[in-house]
Parts: sequence; C-alpha cells; structure tokens
Amino acid sequence: MSKTYYDPADLRKFGNITEWSEELGNKFFEYYGKVFEEGALTAREKSLIALAVAHTEQCPYCIDAYSKDTLQRGVTKEEMMEAIHVGAAIKSGATLVHGVQMMNKVNKLDG
Amino acid sequence: MAVKSLKKQGSDLAQSNKQLEILSNGIFQTGELPTFKNKISESNQFPLKAKKLEILQINVGYMCNQVCDHCHVDAGPDRKEIMTRDTMRQCLEVIKNSGAHTLDLTGGAPEMNPDFRWFVEEAAKVGIKDFIVRSNLTIIRANKKYYDLPEFFKKHNVHVVSSMPHWTRGKTDKQRGDGVFDKSIKALQELNAVGYGMPNSDFRLDLVYNPSGAFLPGDQAAMEKDFKKALLEDFNIQFHNLFAITNLPIARFLDYLIASENYEDYMYSLVEAYNPAAVKNVMCTNTLSISWDGYLFDCDFNQMLELPVNSKVKHISEYNEELLEGRDIVISQHCYGCTAGAGSSCQGNTIPADA
Ligand code: SF4
Ligand code: SF4
Repeated sequence: MSKTYYDPADLRKFGNITEWSEELGNKFFEYYGKVFEEGALTAREKSLIALAVAHTEQCPYCIDAYSKDTLQRGVTKEEMMEAIHVGAAIKSGATLVHGVQMMNKVNKLDG
Repeated sequence: MAVKSLKKQGSDLAQSNKQLEILSNGIFQTGELPTFKNKISESNQFPLKAKKLEILQINVGYMCNQVCDHCHVDAGPDRKEIMTRDTMRQCLEVIKNSGAHTLDLTGGAPEMNPDFRWFVEEAAKVGIKDFIVRSNLTIIRANKKYYDLPEFFKKHNVHVVSSMPHWTRGKTDKQRGDGVFDKSIKALQELNAVGYGMPNSDFRLDLVYNPSGAFLPGDQAAMEKDFKKALLEDFNIQFHNLFAITNLPIARFLDYLIASENYEDYMYSLVEAYNPAAVKNVMCTNTLSISWDGYLFDCDFNQMLELPVNSKVKHISEYNEELLEGRDIVISQHCYGCTAGAGSSCQGNTIPADA
C-alpha cells in the first residue's frame, strides 16, 4: 500500500496523546466527554453537529468517527447529508460575507 | 440483500468450524486483541458459570419467509430444519418440571413450524409467567393463513417481541428485503388494533433493534425514544420497550463483515467497547437454548456455532437440572458481542440504564 499522511488505524491511538502530556491530555478528554453528554441538546443532535464540523474542519479521523457515531444513533443518510450542507452553507457563507470587506476596501481605495 | 441462505449457496461459512476458525485466528492469534477468555479472566469472571435456569429458549426451526442480511441463524425459505411434535413434547415435560419462568420461542420464523399453534396452546397450560414469541412481523402478512395471528397471540397471552431495524423504510428494507417495512408497519398496526403494545395494555409488544451494518447499537433508551416518536407520528403505532441488540459475528453477518472488509474493524470495536460489568448478566447464565432437533446449548449463538453445552446432558430428553446448573459456559470470540457497551442479550442491554 502506498504511504499516505493519514492512517485510519491511527484513530484508535488517539488516547495515546496523554502519554506525552498526561495532565493536559486528560483534561482534554474529560472536557470532550462532558461536551458530548446529553444536555440541553440530545447526544444525537450533538453527534450531527460534530459530523458537520468534522467536514468543515476536513478532519478525516473525525469524519470516520462521527459517520459511525451518527449511524449508531439511528441517524439516516439524508439527515447526515443535510447536516453537511449546513456546514457547507456556513463555510461558503463565511467566505462570501468577507466579500463585503473586499467591497469596502475596494470602494475606499478606488471609489 | 441475500436471496439464499449460506447453506444453500454452498458457502464455506455455512460450516460452524470455518466460522470459529476465522473468529479465533488473525487479529486474535497475533495477540493484537486479547481473547475473550483472557479478557474475562482479568475481572475474575472466568469460567462463566450457569446459574439457576430461568429462561428456556426454543428454536423451533430455521425456516423463515425472509433472508435478512444480518441473520446469525442463516435462516430462510430454503432451510428445512424443523422441530417435531415429539421434541416439543419433550420440551413441555421440561417446562413442567423445571423452575423456568420464561419460555422464548425463536427460529427462523417460529410461526412457520406446522406445530407452532399446538405448541403454544399446550405450553400456555403449564404456568409459564412470560411466554415470548419472536416474530419477524412480516409473517403476519405473508399469507392468509397467518392473518389471524394477532388474535391467536392475544387468546394465549403471548408476549410478542418483534424485529424492527429502523423507523424508516430505506434502512429496514436494506437489511431485511424490499417491502419488509410496509408489511411490518401493517402488522404492527394490526397488533395495536387488538390491544398489543398500548400504554396500559397487558398484551406486551416489544421491538428489537439491531444495527443495519458494521456498527454497534446506540444508547437503548435514546433509541427507544426516537422509535416511539417516529412510529407514533408517522403511523400511529405504539409499543412497550425497545431492546437494542448487537449483531454477533456469526453466519450471514460474519459473511457480510468479511465481504465488506469490515471484519477487523468490527472486532476491534467490540473489544474496545468490552464492558466487564456487562459480563455478569449475559443471557447464557440463566438461559438454556434448545435446537430444532432437541440438543442443548448455552445460547442461540452457540447453537449456530455447534458448540454444545459442557455437561453430560446433551439432549432435552436427558434433561437434568442438577447436572446442568453450575456448568461452565462454552465461550469463544463471538461472546465479545454480548459484552460490548451496555451489554446485549435477547432482552436488550444486560445493564439497566439507571445502574
Ligand atoms: S433475522 Fe429473523 S427474520 Fe431475518 S432471516 Fe433470520 S430468522 Fe428470518
Ligand atoms: S455468545 Fe452465548 S455464550 Fe457467549 S456470552 Fe453471549 S450468550 Fe454467553
């Protein structure tokens, strides 16, 4: 197999990051665990948000992890794809809204 | 969707020794994953011992009107193994004389056994507290001769436990075949119509959810909420409890895992989700499984892997409570499926949500 930067099996080693900085690593995992607990939002809703963010962040590990996690929670393909579109819309919106800044700048310089 | 059983296809995986070989080699032999035996030894739970018999699970035949992708029985219309009335009589003797309070009929589609109704009628007379029939639902709509099953169940106060992979058509039909969803919905509505599954009804209707692919079931309580909401809003259907069951890497599900190159990852997921607290109540500790030809097994999975009970007593005709109680349960790598997360048994999680 050709070497790539990402190896899916590395996801299983995520917990090992505590080995080189135990206190900070543990604090992160504690926080992470708390964030995903059932709260004002259901764990299912949180999982869908995570899936959308995994795509906007373009993290292959997170995409694998939350594709599986949402499936486990009974989320359908249609719901998953809609969530990604929400992420994509925000991402493209965020790009485009900076167009206003560009327009301001251009108008100031070249109005 | 499978169309034939592995047995009919002449697949290697129809042989139990082939399945056991796959389960024990590879990632386990390299030591990359611990064996189930080593894992339960860490928490001093080896050997697993049988406690007092509470549940008698009888597999009345492998014949089924469906050929679901994940079936651990490798059941289907082409499977002819079927329990005879004589063997049923032997089971009834044991039911009368043992302390079992629950009788659990499974298959295949148990309703397809020609002596099914006779057996239910006879068994109803012997004072069992909970009489379960595992129905795939579509059988109720498969043929006119089954249309009256809801009434029949009601008459004998049968506890109906039905498989329902998802509240959407797409996911259900993918796992169980085209048209299964619509028939299942109709069958559930008919069960509701005679009183099954209604909030204050004594006629118990529980659903079984197991994942449609190579992943573990999510939280049982959350899934139950989602199922209840969707089935009520979309189809006005009600039911009592949802049991979330993990797919065990046996027969057609094992075949699927291998063919889709998910086998290793799935075994990793099971081992990673291993929960020592789930071991205590695995169903083999209080259940005995009886095959269509009367042989005794610790559970339906061991039955399919042809791993008989570890006891002098091997057949229902020789049943002896003393000799069976306290026996060492036969385990292998597939047992990881029962001990992942909140645990999995025929009654759903082995650890209650509030534990
Ligand atoms: S899973 Fe149940 S309904 Fe499906 S083929 Fe197997 S026994 Fe039949
Ligand atoms: S597969 Fe059977 S023997 Fe193994 S833990 Fe589960 S119920 Fe017990």
